[in-house]
Amino acid sequence: MSTITSEELSATTLLRFATAGSVDDGKSTLVGRLLHDSKSILSDQLEAVERASASRGQEAPDLALLTDGLRAEREQGITIDVAYRYFATPRRRFILADTPGHVQYTRNMVTGASTAELTVILVDARNGVVEQTRRHAAIAALLRVPHVVLAVNKMDLVDYREPVFAAIAEEFTAYASELGVPEVTAIPISALAGDNVVDPSANMDWYGGPTFLEHLETVPVSHDLAHCHARLPVQYVIRPQTAEHPDYRGYAGQIAAGTFRVGDPVTVLPSGRTSTISGIDLLGEPVDVAWTTQSVTVLLADDVDISRGDLIVPTKDAPATTQDVEATVCHVADQPLTVGHRVLIKHGTRTVKAIVKDIPSRLTLDDLSLHPHPGQLVANDIGRVKIRTAQPLPVDSYADSRRTGSFILIDPADGTTLTAGMVGESFASPEPVKDAADDDGWDF
Amino acid sequence: MTTTVADTEEGTVSPYALSHLDSLESEAVHIFREVAGEFERPVILFSGGKDSIVMLHLALKAFAPAAVPFSLLHVDTGHNFPEVLQYRDRAVAEHGLRLHVALVQDYIDRGVLKERPDGTRNPLQTLPLTEKIQAERFDAVFGGGRRDEEKARAKERVFSLRDEFSQWDPRRQRPELWNLYNGRHAPGEHVRVFPLSNWTELDVWQYIAREGIELPEIYFAHEREVFQRAGMWLTAGEWGGPKDGETVEKRLVRYRTVGDMSCTGAVDSAAVTLDDVIAEIAASRLTERGATRADDKMSEAAMEDRKREGYF
Repeated sequence: MSTITSEELSATTLLRFATAGSVDDGKSTLVGRLLHDSKSILSDQLEAVERASASRGQEAPDLALLTDGLRAEREQGITIDVAYRYFATPRRRFILADTPGHVQYTRNMVTGASTAELTVILVDARNGVVEQTRRHAAIAALLRVPHVVLAVNKMDLVDYREPVFAAIAEEFTAYASELGVPEVTAIPISALAGDNVVDPSANMDWYGGPTFLEHLETVPVSHDLAHCHARLPVQYVIRPQTAEHPDYRGYAGQIAAGTFRVGDPVTVLPSGRTSTISGIDLLGEPVDVAWTTQSVTVLLADDVDISRGDLIVPTKDAPATTQDVEATVCHVADQPLTVGHRVLIKHGTRTVKAIVKDIPSRLTLDDLSLHPHPGQLVANDIGRVKIRTAQPLPVDSYADSRRTGSFILIDPADGTTLTAGMVGESFASPEPVKDAADDDGWDF
Repeated sequence: MTTTVADTEEGTVSPYALSHLDSLESEAVHIFREVAGEFERPVILFSGGKDSIVMLHLALKAFAPAAVPFSLLHVDTGHNFPEVLQYRDRAVAEHGLRLHVALVQDYIDRGVLKERPDGTRNPLQTLPLTEKIQAERFDAVFGGGRRDEEKARAKERVFSLRDEFSQWDPRRQRPELWNLYNGRHAPGEHVRVFPLSNWTELDVWQYIAREGIELPEIYFAHEREVFQRAGMWLTAGEWGGPKDGETVEKRLVRYRTVGDMSCTGAVDSAAVTLDDVIAEIAASRLTERGATRADDKMSEAAMEDRKREGYF
C-alpha cells in the first residue's frame, strides 16, 4: 500500500456491494478474511477482539466480534442490523453492506441491496441451493442488483470436487435467470482455508475464473446508468442574491440517471413547463456535460417556476406522470400496512400524501407463489400494492431506473419509514400492471 | 508492488464511472442539500478538526455561489489546542458564518458537571451539546462521524433520529433505502446527519490533498513538549498533566485526531506534507481512534454508550 501515490489511489473507483448468507454459511469468515487480507483489520482492532474473546473464555479470537458492533449483538451472538464496512485494494475501494441472513431480517437485506451494485450470495457446498438461497436470489432480483456472485463456500469439505460446484452453479444460474437476474458469477471458495478468496486455489486446478476479490476489483460499475433516461430531481434552489450574482438561479440536485448537456431542451415535471439548459455547474465549476450520479446545479434559459420536488427531464424523453402507482414493496416497519392506510410517499425529492388503495397480493419468497388479497403486509413481507397519490408523480419503472423507480412510504403520524417500493412490474407481478391502470381510467 | 488501476484495463471501464472521491463527494453534497431542503434550523458541529473542516468545505461547494445556509456549533471542552481555536475563528470570519459555542467550563463552574478524576472532558460534552440543541431548537445537526471509526458507528444511519433527550436507540433505527433519506421528526426531536458516513480516514486525507484544504498545523509533524500516559503522548497543560512520575520531553509528533487535549494523543511522526501523511496512514497498523483516543478504550461499548446518551 505504501508505494501507491495519492493520485493513483484517488483514481480508483468505488464498488458498493452487499452480502447475503444464512447463519452457518461462513459469511463472517468470508467478510473477516476479506477485511484481514486487504489490511482493513488493524492491530488495535484485532487486539480488542482478542481481549474480548479471552474475557469470554474463548480460546481463539472470535472474528464475529469485529462486525457485531452493538452490545445486544455481542451479548446474543447474533447480527441484528446492517453494518457498513470499508476496505480498499490498490485497484478499488469497497463499501460492504454486511446484512444479517435470518429470514426475519428480509428488510435489512433489502436495505443493503438497495444501494448495492453487486450482491454476494453464499451457499454451503455440502448443502447446495436451499430455500434461503432462493430467497436471497429473489431479493437480489427484486431489487435489480446488477451483478450477483454465487460464492460456493466450504469447498474444502467436499474434497474440492468440480462436479459438486458445477451442479450447484448450474442449478442456481437457471433459477436466477428465471427471476431475471442479468448476470451470475459462480466462484468455488473456502473462506476458512482461503481458497479463491484473495489468492487462486492450488486445490482447484479445474477452476479457471477469477478469485472472489479479483472479481470484486474488476466488475464494471455504473456501466449503463449514463445511457438511461436522464433524470434530475430538484433538491434545492440556489439563489445567492448578492452583488456578484444578482440573477443567479440554479436548480441543485444529484443526477439520478442519464446524462445532461448544455443546450438540451428540458421539461419540468409535474408542471410540464419547458426550457433549455443554459449552464451546468459541477460544484462551482461550469461544465458542458454531467451524468449520474454527479451532484450538479443546472441553470435554465427561461424563468420557470421550479422548486424542490420537481423533476427535470429531457423534453424528448419525459416519463408520464400518474396519481396511481403500482409497485412491488417490502414492508420494513413493525406496524402493518393495510388497505386504506393514509401515508406519505417520498419519491426522489418529492413527498406527497397518498392512500393505500389495494394490496392485491403477498409474495411467498420460498416458492415465489402469490397469496391473493392478504389484507395487510407485516414486517418483512413482500407484496404488490396500489397507491393513489394526492398529486401526480413522474415515476419510472424500477426496471428502467433504480432511483426514479423507487420510493418509500412514511407514516405521517410518527415519521416511521414503513415500506420500500419499486414501481412497475416485477417477476412477482400477478397481472399486467399497465393494463389494469388503463382500465381504471386513472392513467395520465 | 505494481500499481495498475483495474478500471483502466480494457473492457472494464466506463467513461462515466466516477472516481471514489468524486462519488463520495457527490453523495455528501446530496446529503447537505437534502437537509437544506427539508429542515428549518440545521447546524454543523465544528471542532476545527479535519472531519469538520472537510464538512464545511463540502457545504461551501454544495451551495456555491450562494452562502452556506447553516450555522456552526462548537462544543468547547475548555481544553483546546490554541491552533485549532484560531483556525475555527478564521474559518467563521472568512465565510461569514454564525458560530454557536457550548462551553463545558460553564457547566463545571455552575456545578452542573463535575470534573472527572482523570481530567478527561470528552464525556462531559454530551450535556452542553444536547442543551444547546434544545435551546437553539436545532432540528438537524451535522456531525463528522464516519462509520469506519468505530464498530458502534458502523451501525449508524446517515440520518439518525434522536429523541427530545438526544438519545440514540440502535434498535429503533429507520431502515435507509436507496438515497431516500427520511428526516421526519416530532417537535423537540432532531436528526443527526452524517455526510461523511461512507468515508474512511484515508479518503478524508486524500480529499484534503486533492482539494488543497488548509488544516491546523498540529496535523503535521512538529516538535512538541509531551509526556507519556497509558501509552499515548499527551500535551502538557493546565488540564492536569503531567502528574508525579510523568516526565515531559520534546518529541517530533503529529495528531491524527483533534479533540480534548486530556485524551487526544499525538503519534510519533516525521510527516510534514499531505503526501507524507497519506503514506503514513496507508502503512499504519493502528486505527485513528486506537492510536490516539483514550476515551474509547474505557470499555468495549464506550462509544455505543456515549452515543446512546446523545454524544455525536
